[in-house]
Amino acid sequence: MAEETQAIDPDGDPYWQGAAEGELRYRKCGACDASIFYPRSICPKCGATDPDWAVSKGEGSVYACSTVHRAPPAFADNAPYTVLLVDLDEGFRMMGGLVGTEAIAVGDRVTVTFQDGPNGRPAPYFTPA
Amino acid sequence: MDFCACLEIIRNVERTAESQAECAAVLWGKSLSLKKACAIAGVAESRLGVVPDSTVLTLQAEAFAAALADAGLEKSDVDGVLVSGAWGRLPQLQICEYLGIQPKYADSTSVGGASFEFHLGHAAAAIQARLCKVAVILYGSTQRSKQDKYIFQIRNDLGYQYEAPYGLPTPVGAYALAASRHFAEYGTTSEQLADLAVSTRAWAGLNPKAYRRDPLTRDEVLDSGMIASPLHRLDCCLFTDGGGAVVVVSPDVAKTLDKPPVWLLGQGESLSHAQISEMPDLTVTPASESGKRAFEMAGVSHDQIDVTEIYDSFTITVLLTLESLGFCKPGEGGAFLANGRTGPGGEFPLNTNGGGLSYCHPGQYGIFLIIEAVRQLRGECDARQVADAVLALISGTGGVLSSNSTCILGLE
Ligand SMILES: [Zn+2]
Repeated sequence: MAEETQAIDPDGDPYWQGAAEGELRYRKCGACDASIFYPRSICPKCGATDPDWAVSKGEGSVYACSTVHRAPPAFADNAPYTVLLVDLDEGFRMMGGLVGTEAIAVGDRVTVTFQDGPNGRPAPYFTPA
Repeated sequence: MDFCACLEIIRNVERTAESQAECAAVLWGKSLSLKKACAIAGVAESRLGVVPDSTVLTLQAEAFAAALADAGLEKSDVDGVLVSGAWGRLPQLQICEYLGIQPKYADSTSVGGASFEFHLGHAAAAIQARLCKVAVILYGSTQRSKQDKYIFQIRNDLGYQYEAPYGLPTPVGAYALAASRHFAEYGTTSEQLADLAVSTRAWAGLNPKAYRRDPLTRDEVLDSGMIASPLHRLDCCLFTDGGGAVVVVSPDVAKTLDKPPVWLLGQGESLSHAQISEMPDLTVTPASESGKRAFEMAGVSHDQIDVTEIYDSFTITVLLTLESLGFCKPGEGGAFLANGRTGPGGEFPLNTNGGGLSYCHPGQYGIFLIIEAVRQLRGECDARQVADAVLALISGTGGVLSSNSTCILGLE
């Protein structure tokens, strides 16, 4: 029988593992102290390699938000739903989904929560703080 | 030795190692200016809109033949080819093969809809370095007829895996996020964006080749249905077929042709990010960098520009680009666009062919910005002609506000 191979992504795997464990993980540069998101093997600020992994408290502010009415086919059943860009207090920005349909605005405080994404894997979402 | 003398030496093929070294010393730390390194000699579209009896190859061949005829050149004159396309396996090889060209200079910089403004700068540099003399920039798409929806697919690999779970439609959702930020930061309104769509449609009404020509009202834009807040359907560009070609020539070739050359006076380019969550400031596009470089190279100021062609994938794209280029201050873009200011008869003629919003938008629209600017400067635009236009600015935006190249064109 052919040996099964699984694609390994050294950037993404620890991040998704963290989400499964209820942790929002990002990376922190040991050389310049930059908070790095999305996680990657090199610091996009100073170029130092192999930054450390860190865990965010998951609290931040909405930097931008849009409510999607015309959704891509795989998401059509959920529309309308709101997509956020969140500035986490540790100093990085990420995309996230808003849980629920409560009104949200730029500047609002939000907190991370984890729920299954469209592929069945837990992913970070946000709720109003 | 001054900068210009250096340029003369560098342009001279018979330069010596000594003169080259001397120039290098003078020019150290400066890039060579591309000012008047090349001219645009011919431009053309293929059939536009819905063109079911076509392929990406036939549309490009159509535009290619028409642009060469416009320039008064032959296929055998072409020694450089610059293309961008999201079709086929190796688009550049496929189109060169189809046309029967073996170029000695080739560039397939592909950074979204702005690619062709990048190509224009790259063609200028190649011509200045004497790597080619007649370069053709090409584009073609049958996305409408073939219902090619690849751009709407959500990617789930590499950096995109961190955005994929959230169902943001691309590219419109990314532009909607930028609009939300600008609205919140500066109080910009949907009405102001709608006014741009209305002005652009008014230009389209004067262009027989435009896809949508009926007059539009502000309310029609606001009532056209929300796609991704705050952007409505009529804040978004068309989804059409179409192709274009631009013939770029060396100054010595330009002098032999019948039509007046349209000179490249300045060009700048900048890459910022690939995905919207990585954009440093959603209200400032890479046009702020590219524009600075283009204006400096051309040695002209904003108030000298007679006609402006800015990539309008979405209404918000134009607002952010105008601010980033410095035509108005940050936060003033909404007021700048409002009340027909950019329409026919307005004080700031913008997107005079009807733009991606109303004329055509076959996926990567940037080549049509060049085509329209050249026609305006040549005075070939009939009802939509901007009187006495001698300086034009083009600004192409690609990806999700990811890339920008700004070009300033002028007559002799
Ligand atoms: Zn660093």
